[in-house]
Amino acid sequence: MRYITDRKRAVGKGSAHTGAEHHWFMIVSSVALAFMMPAWIFIFGNALGSGYDAALATMSRPFPAILTALVLIVGMMHFHKGGRVMIEDYTAGTTRKVLIMAYVAFSYVMIACGLFALVKIAL
Amino acid sequence: MAEAKRIERPLSPFMFVQYYRLQLTAVTSVMIRITGNAMMVAVLLLIWWLLALAAGPEYFETAEWWITSFVGDLIMFGSLWAIWYHYLGGLRHLVFDAGKGLDIETAEKLGWICVYGSVVLTILTVIIIWL
Repeated sequence: MRYITDRKRAVGKGSAHTGAEHHWFMIVSSVALAFMMPAWIFIFGNALGSGYDAALATMSRPFPAILTALVLIVGMMHFHKGGRVMIEDYTAGTTRKVLIMAYVAFSYVMIACGLFALVKIAL
Repeated sequence: MAEAKRIERPLSPFMFVQYYRLQLTAVTSVMIRITGNAMMVAVLLLIWWLLALAAGPEYFETAEWWITSFVGDLIMFGSLWAIWYHYLGGLRHLVFDAGKGLDIETAEKLGWICVYGSVVLTILTVIIIWL
């Protein structure tokens, strides 16, 4: 007779071996993005192609600047963690590790560059 | 090391090309992954645009010329559709995660809503932004 429970036997058997918190992060960030994206698409869509002065005026106002920063941070965290789910499903070993690192690096570089630009525009 | 008992596990749907007939629910689900990853191109362009805006008017002209060129517009338009598809698909998975809409009829209906809804939302966005 085995005393181990079904749950205990199942834990760690998925392609990622772990991930309830990861999945929960995706749910929380997706709800946040669902609220932010429509407004951000409208703001950015109007700023794109409006010329230097108009774009600068838009991006130095508090609401567009703060919203863009939030969309960038939450969006890129959602991107690299979401991409990781895909990487863990299709790859293993060194390929998996390198791809995860590349996704994380890309996301943090985008966040850092975007925030630098936003601060420079606002000041 | 304890001898692990071999357990018969169900076939992963990721094998659908070889063993699995393509279904609407599977295709609409994998499209979320494709759209989500494809948006990295739009992110790169957006960050370039922001850095150019911070760098000054001359450099901004160059960046915006590329981003609003034919190819740039094509990428932006495609990414707009991708973001709306990803948006609706994500909402569909929030419904699934809540344990609702999992019967075949409702799941397929939600899939079609993602396909048609993303096109409608893309056209609406273009109309609202350009007017």
